[in-house]
Amino acid sequence: MSTHNEASATPLRVAITGGTSGLGLALVRAYARQGARVAFVARTAEGVARTAAETGAVGIVADVAKKDDIHRIALQASAALGGLDVLVNNASDLGPVPLALLADTDCEDLERALATNLMGPFRLTKALLGALAASAREGRGGVVVNIISDAALTPYETWGAYGASKAALSHLSHIWDAELTGEGVRVLAVDPGDMDTPLHELAIPGADRASLKRPEASAAEIVAAIAEARP
Amino acid sequence: MRAANEPVQRPPDARLLVVGADRSFRHVSRSAFAGLLRPGDLVIANDASTIPASLAGVHERSGAPVEIRLATRGSLAFEDIAFTAVLFGAGDHHVPTERRPAPPEAAPGDVLRLGPLAARVEARLDHPRLLRLAFDGDPAAVWAGVAAHGRAVQYAYMAPELALWDVWTPIAGPPAAFEPPSAGFALDWAMLREIRWQGAAFATLTHAAGLSSTGDPALDGRLPLPEAYRIPASTVRAIAEARASGGRVVAVGTTVTRALEDCVLRRGRPVAGDGVATLRLGSASELRVVDGILSGTHEPGSSHYDLLGAFADADLLAEADAELEAGGYRTHEFGDSALVWRSKRERQRRAA
Repeated sequence: MSTHNEASATPLRVAITGGTSGLGLALVRAYARQGARVAFVARTAEGVARTAAETGAVGIVADVAKKDDIHRIALQASAALGGLDVLVNNASDLGPVPLALLADTDCEDLERALATNLMGPFRLTKALLGALAASAREGRGGVVVNIISDAALTPYETWGAYGASKAALSHLSHIWDAELTGEGVRVLAVDPGDMDTPLHELAIPGADRASLKRPEASAAEIVAAIAEARP
Repeated sequence: MRAANEPVQRPPDARLLVVGADRSFRHVSRSAFAGLLRPGDLVIANDASTIPASLAGVHERSGAPVEIRLATRGSLAFEDIAFTAVLFGAGDHHVPTERRPAPPEAAPGDVLRLGPLAARVEARLDHPRLLRLAFDGDPAAVWAGVAAHGRAVQYAYMAPELALWDVWTPIAGPPAAFEPPSAGFALDWAMLREIRWQGAAFATLTHAAGLSSTGDPALDGRLPLPEAYRIPASTVRAIAEARASGGRVVAVGTTVTRALEDCVLRRGRPVAGDGVATLRLGSASELRVVDGILSGTHEPGSSHYDLLGAFADADLLAEADAELEAGGYRTHEFGDSALVWRSKRERQRRAA
């Protein structure tokens, strides 16, 4: 029987969805640089292989919007990391592209935004909650960060599908955070600001990139917020 | 008993037979479990998530269709992909294991093509259907292949095909179990709250619950196979705290009982870390840590049932069976539950 590592001896174990571009990629890089054990999820095998090769993180090819993929992700992430301290639900779907008035939004576009931005984080958090609570019992804390947007609070026209799904995710985060107090697991909703990312380019093509926040800056803030939320 | 043949982990009408340390019987709703605890008690569950351990494929040399069921590995480490597996012939879970056609003869060096995975037979262990396998690829690729291609191990009494969400307990963490640690189906997050409100505590360990049946009497007689486990430091502390306050330790399931008692037998006390349980608990066993077990309603003749012999003598277990039978309790993974408090001779508290 080997001696169990003390809590501090095991590096931070982090899972990040949407890890091959924008904020997710910046988070994968930031945590990999810190020496954390990182697993990330994205939909395309090529993107996953590229980010895995660059950062040394474990890549998982899957779609958080698909129910059948969720336990596959949870299995691979908790196996590879040997448990889980932090989950960042970052993968997001904009809804209709180009953005559209709600009256012009196809039901399928709203459903896809809800599947990715609300159901995905809900299901994945549920599937990984056992691992997060186990980490909390070991004194390492357990933190879920759900990436939201100011569109979750402000009713911007044409941002209906995205804004409504992020508003739901924000509220879900706050309720879950209250419910999990006794387990030592925190659930945070974080608005990273308007960033220079592929998602922003889809939403507002040709925006002045100089006026946008660098995803690396948002990632650094989120890393700090997670550190703050841990014991 | 009736077979529970719907994959519902917590039916609202789930029942619990409480077999008291004073040899009494009580029938209660299983959702009332937390209310049976006293301040200072400790509930310990197995937080293993269930690997989709059934892999369908082809035995390359003969071209025969096969199913393998992953059965053990030497540790819980991610890198440890040296699985042993039980080989089955053509067909799937709809045919009872004892009626499955014989598998092809598998010899060392033979290759099994299992969806995206390929495995070479490294050795036949001391039974022609019990194999040590070497999978092609690095650990991440093998886990991804198992995740993509594997199905939950299941048996003929359960017709619907089980998804992973059917067999992962609400507290499931690291993928370690080859069959669900199904005693944990009784738990939900509301119950964990109630346990705390009761002044009791909750802790976990991880144990690689193995196959419960192979359909081969010689193999079945060897179950449970050696099972890897890991006990967290926080759980060892919680046991010490329960002991200090006069609380009782309740194991959720046979796997938790096996891991804790195996550890104490080897180490003299609960110790945080990794081990492999080889202990077989039965009527001759003396329990050193566990005071009560919350488990499914196991049928006589199974290794799970034998383990209950460490808690209660044969006469009391026979009476409990009659209570379950008369009460119409449902058996198997998705069935009703029993809470058996240790009524056998007072333990020598060497473990304290």
